[in-house]
Amino acid sequence: MSKPKGFEKPAGVRDYLPHAVTKLRRIEREVLACMDRWGYRQIMTPTMEYYDTVGVASSTSDQKLFKLLNKRGTTMVLRSDLTAPIARVMSSLLKDEPLPVRLSYHANVFRAIEEEAGREAEFFQTGVELVGDDSPEADAEVIALAIESLKAAGVERFKIAMGHMGYLNGLLQQVLPERAEDQESLKEDLLNRDYVGYRNTIASLQLAPRQQEQLEGILRLRGGREIAGQALEISSNDLARASIEHLCKVWEVLEAYDVSRHVLFDLTMLGDFSYYTGMTFEGYAAELGSPVASGGRYDKLLQQFGRAVPATGFAIKTNRILDGVQGSEIVEDLPVLIRYTASYRKKGLAKAADLRAQGHTVITSIIPDHANGGDEGAPVISGSLLHRGYREIITLQ
Amino acid sequence: MAETLKVAMPKGRIYKKASALFRSAGLPIPLDVDETRKLVISLPEAGMEFILAKPVDVPTYVEYGVADIGIVGKDVLMEENKDVYELLDLGIARCRMSVIGLPDWKPGITQRVATKYPNVASQYFREQGQQVEVVKLNGSIELAPLIGLADRIVDMVETGQTLKENGLVEMTSIFEITSRLIANRVSYRMKNDEIQALCDRLHKAIMSEGAHVSR
Repeated sequence: MSKPKGFEKPAGVRDYLPHAVTKLRRIEREVLACMDRWGYRQIMTPTMEYYDTVGVASSTSDQKLFKLLNKRGTTMVLRSDLTAPIARVMSSLLKDEPLPVRLSYHANVFRAIEEEAGREAEFFQTGVELVGDDSPEADAEVIALAIESLKAAGVERFKIAMGHMGYLNGLLQQVLPERAEDQESLKEDLLNRDYVGYRNTIASLQLAPRQQEQLEGILRLRGGREIAGQALEISSNDLARASIEHLCKVWEVLEAYDVSRHVLFDLTMLGDFSYYTGMTFEGYAAELGSPVASGGRYDKLLQQFGRAVPATGFAIKTNRILDGVQGSEIVEDLPVLIRYTASYRKKGLAKAADLRAQGHTVITSIIPDHANGGDEGAPVISGSLLHRGYREIITLQ
Repeated sequence: MAETLKVAMPKGRIYKKASALFRSAGLPIPLDVDETRKLVISLPEAGMEFILAKPVDVPTYVEYGVADIGIVGKDVLMEENKDVYELLDLGIARCRMSVIGLPDWKPGITQRVATKYPNVASQYFREQGQQVEVVKLNGSIELAPLIGLADRIVDMVETGQTLKENGLVEMTSIFEITSRLIANRVSYRMKNDEIQALCDRLHKAIMSEGAHVSR
């Protein structure tokens, strides 16, 4: 690769100019305020963590972790999510805290990407973790909060798809007992969203027609509440049954929250993160090509840090919403411009302080001595990315 | 109300076969769309809009969500490795990806392989434990072994006619290729009903056609 030009930045990261920052900050503020109203308190963790602790626990695949070496040669990672760091804090600083614990966060996270554009190396996540409660009530709470958060962010048309890791595991145990390798390759196909491959793998296993039907049946398990019944017809394995019962209870609570119309069942969905153990969900916005929210239950993760407690949570990809939420242009207060000659400086600055104290935005500027007043020397506005004009121009001379 | 499905269609070889399959699935696709030079074709009766794209670009359109679904060969999917749902094997445009060489090929000291599919080729040879240098070409791949640019090629073989005419032989077949129906991750959820309905109709049409072909 040739030496980068002075103004170049690495692929996968981006600059945000003030108008975008205003929008991004507002989304972030609204979402965090919403989470706050549900009793989730904000936490901050370091950008950098040890590879051997948080890096390994985070389910981001090894080649996608952004790795660095510190001075001693220890491998460090830039955090790839906040779930693993928060699990670490829960097991150390907050280890004696009574459960359940509700935490929220807003942070930039990192992924090492291949040269490809369009996939970000740094992006923003706003999310929550609900630690120490394994009830369907808790899973429903985070889904309902995800829905509220999307609304607070200004996303109007969205859907949540909800699945459960246990159903597929139960079905596979039932149909292919003791055949771990075949189970893995079927899961791999589903994880790659390759349904053609999934059907081909089933065909290659030479199963009885009923078993084939069971495995292929899962591909149709998407839709409303009725899916639960169909799922139980396909598999009556204990784990599968328990998973569906859990989802039905979550659904019941979501109905009480009055948000179930946004939610659909999808039992083909495997969370992209390997630490998920139970219910998983994804949020989709109509205007955006990839999911804006993802979450689920991870009951084994905290154990890796020495505190075996269940947990559930989700994260919203905040900057992706920025690209999609068009309708909400922000009307900002324009600043007041105070211009003064050297002899009026004290008066001008006092006036500015006065207006600022009242909550106005004020910019001050000196009129050079050689200027004859008028508009000469006034800042240029047209064609600028930053200047939006002034509410009022006050000239003191 | 049903929402319009934006369908990325591959221009060229597969296009007519795909629109014929849609017709046999009972979708009202007029015959003249096969000949038009328009890039975006609105088909309100079928509840669809065709976007005519270069085949290698179809997965990109679908991954970004500017098209909800798309039709594309497995060769392109293997090469491009995009994050999309692969819903259905359409069974059309059947061919295979193969390693091809001159009849008297013997492994040399440096082995060079020319191909339009560098990712597919490097992965295949890596898995075989062979160290080869992959040369990316954009067309007329068969030329490479004839003029000594590469000693083997990896390319799609349909009838084998071009190979025969150029004195080349198919050495190994890597995988079978057919056209696939793919879907964007968000559209697959937001337009679940429309996509599932289309899948079911296409599946039925493919099954009856399959029965027809195999007599």
